[in-house]
Amino acid sequence: MLRFSRWYVAFIIVLCVGAVLLALSNFLPRQTADALRLPRFVLGLDLQGGSHILLAVDTLALRKDRQEALRDDVRRVFTEQPRIGYTGLAIQNDAVQVRVRDVAQIETARTRLQQLTQPVNSALSFGNATRENELAEPEQGFFVLRMTEAGFVERVRLAVDQSIEIVRRRVDQLGTTEPSITRQGRDRILVQVPGLQDPQALKSLLGQTAKLTFRLVDTSVSPEQVAQGRPPPDSELLDAYNGDTGRAVVEKRVIVSGEDLIDAQPGFDQRTNEAIVSFRFNVNGSRRFAAVTQENVGRPFAIVLDNKVISAPVIREPILGGSGQISGSFTPKSANELSILLRAGALPAPLSIVEERTVGPGLGKDSIEAGKIATYVATIFVVCFMFITYGLFGLFANIALIVHVGMIFALLSLLSATLTLPGIAGIVLTIGTAVDSNVLIYERMREEAKSGNSLVSTLEAGFNRAFATIIDSNSTMAIAALILLFLGSGPVRGFAVVFLLGILTTVVTAVTMTRMMIALWYRMSRPKTLPF
Amino acid sequence: MRLLRIIPDGTTFRFVRFRRYSYPISAFMSLATIALLLWHGLNFGIDFKGGTLIEMQAKAGAPNTAHVREVADRLGFGEAEVQEFGNAGGISLRFALQPGGEAAQTLVVQKTRAAFQGEYDFPRVESVGPRVSGELVQTGTLGVVLSVVAVLIYLWFRFEMQLAVAAIIGTLHDIMLTMGFFVITRAEFNLTSIAAILTIVGYSLNETVVVFDRTRELMRRYKKMSTEELLDLSVNSTLSRTAMTATSAFLSILALVIFGGRAIEGFAAVMLFGVVVCTYSAVFISSPILIYLGLRDGVAIEADDESSAKAATRP
Repeated sequence: MLRFSRWYVAFIIVLCVGAVLLALSNFLPRQTADALRLPRFVLGLDLQGGSHILLAVDTLALRKDRQEALRDDVRRVFTEQPRIGYTGLAIQNDAVQVRVRDVAQIETARTRLQQLTQPVNSALSFGNATRENELAEPEQGFFVLRMTEAGFVERVRLAVDQSIEIVRRRVDQLGTTEPSITRQGRDRILVQVPGLQDPQALKSLLGQTAKLTFRLVDTSVSPEQVAQGRPPPDSELLDAYNGDTGRAVVEKRVIVSGEDLIDAQPGFDQRTNEAIVSFRFNVNGSRRFAAVTQENVGRPFAIVLDNKVISAPVIREPILGGSGQISGSFTPKSANELSILLRAGALPAPLSIVEERTVGPGLGKDSIEAGKIATYVATIFVVCFMFITYGLFGLFANIALIVHVGMIFALLSLLSATLTLPGIAGIVLTIGTAVDSNVLIYERMREEAKSGNSLVSTLEAGFNRAFATIIDSNSTMAIAALILLFLGSGPVRGFAVVFLLGILTTVVTAVTMTRMMIALWYRMSRPKTLPF
Repeated sequence: MRLLRIIPDGTTFRFVRFRRYSYPISAFMSLATIALLLWHGLNFGIDFKGGTLIEMQAKAGAPNTAHVREVADRLGFGEAEVQEFGNAGGISLRFALQPGGEAAQTLVVQKTRAAFQGEYDFPRVESVGPRVSGELVQTGTLGVVLSVVAVLIYLWFRFEMQLAVAAIIGTLHDIMLTMGFFVITRAEFNLTSIAAILTIVGYSLNETVVVFDRTRELMRRYKKMSTEELLDLSVNSTLSRTAMTATSAFLSILALVIFGGRAIEGFAAVMLFGVVVCTYSAVFISSPILIYLGLRDGVAIEADDESSAKAATRP
């Protein structure tokens, strides 16, 4: 067991030196390391400062949205030629229900409704497309269309994917470095922006759905009348975007929506010097907008953002060019924000901020400093302690300990893992526990020596017998660390990663490296007794 | 050079006998913890309770605590918990979870920043909504339970059932006393506390497993020895290792407590306590339990076979 082939010794030395060099490369200046394409670990937001914002897709709103869309679909298929007479079209108990008036039309109605139960995206999910809606007919001529749970889950997934894309476009507009936007769980999106100190601007960008629509104003009733009674069936009363005045009764029918925008830019009105947002429609949008404005000269239309009326100008002449401008008591800042939102597109469902954590760069720097000092002091404590207890063998253990810390950093770099403040705590902790394997081996040797064996068999027995114990004791720690890794989030996960890597490397360094050093020592000095 | 030896060679302290004292003491402390938990409860941080924590740093001079308290209370988010920290003008504000879901918490951050922007920087702002805090409680509890179960299964495979059960009882004891530490010191219980507890679970088992490994080995070697003697021998022969490892772990964590900085010292203090408790329980709690669990029952025959097999192969 104390015999090592030359190649094996060389391999271990190369491995250790490589690990230590790789670890040290993280402390090179950034440009040099990048130029050499060296892998490096990432500092967590708690260490480099920045904002961590966890968003949740509003699944309730999404469900409601889908149900309303489904209800509109039912209306659409029934009003196709030949029309089907129906009554009681409503959303009830999370399902759309409708009754067909004429018994003779039930068969036609069923066929048409069945079109609405087609899979969500048969093109994308090969073969096992999920059916979004289920059609039931509890009694003759009475139909209930209900969204399936699988269909809804699929919708949520799509909405999160879409939202991630839009959130990315919005965040990119802030011009921050390396924002990271990732999916978390079923309906969450995690936005991490290093270096961002005041996330207010970001939060306000993310907090808006930015659904823009152009619709005609319903002039048959005044907002005051509607506020007291009911709006006409195809119109609704909407609040003003800015302030209290400017409520309007607006048709539900959308002329053009934000999806048809190809550009939006903030600017100033030449005459009034007021902040505006100018926009351009795509071909489709321009055509529809031109047609509607031609027919409705003299009538006001409303520009509606997230169900609030920004402004309701009167159409003075047909707008044929496909471009226009929105004014409505903007500040230059809010005009800029709106154009960012319009360029990035609307979110499929509202997002809410469920968690925010922001750390200033100063605090991060302090944490790193404190962590460094704690690491050095812990190393000095443990190194001294091992040396005064085991002498030469303590020195071997200490060399293994230094390589062990180097290996943790090397592995963190190779995995491009994130080092967090709890992660630094993990490193300090493994410095204390890493020597445990050495202690187990050395104490075992001491016992073996007492029973009067030769030194070689003492050394071998020490390693062999302690090995099972080392594996058992580290496995229990590893199990706890693994569970932490799977369940923990953010900084705590950083701790789990370091702790787990520490357990892995300690087995390598304490067992293999120490054994090699002791073997070399034995071969060179041929001692007769243990040196401690 | 004369080397340090914490535990003198040939120590034969009768640890198992000490259970006459250690058991009542531990039982009392565990019961006291349960009573305190029910009476006082843990000092949950915003991770689990929801709410907003804002740390502010005076741009110049010392923070005006009275003024901050007054302004914060007038923001309309209920009474703010105001605390000074450090000695360089740090002050922390804590608001309880606001009614009205996620958006309400965002408003707290926005208004507080606006109110204090002039005189203060904001090194840390954390806001946790009701949904996330609920989930964090769930996953935290799940984590601790899961780790105990997972380790129990591992130990059951690697050791005899009695040893596994004894190790887990020791670990539960350590978790309990750690909770007691949280209750008594009023230290904030947050996500890193869960990490600390799980680490303590790992460390506690590490300590116990080393002793039990020896117990198992000795059990096969000395078939006639009484359980009590056997356990004493196991603890004594691993004692210097236990002391060494506990000391080195203690020293490194001590460095963390002293130099690790404000953000980590709470975590480190719990770990430091954990090392002490785990070492105590491995020696005085887990091992003596084996007397009651009937160590030799059922394993004697199996042990016989194995040891005779081993004896045959060994020259």
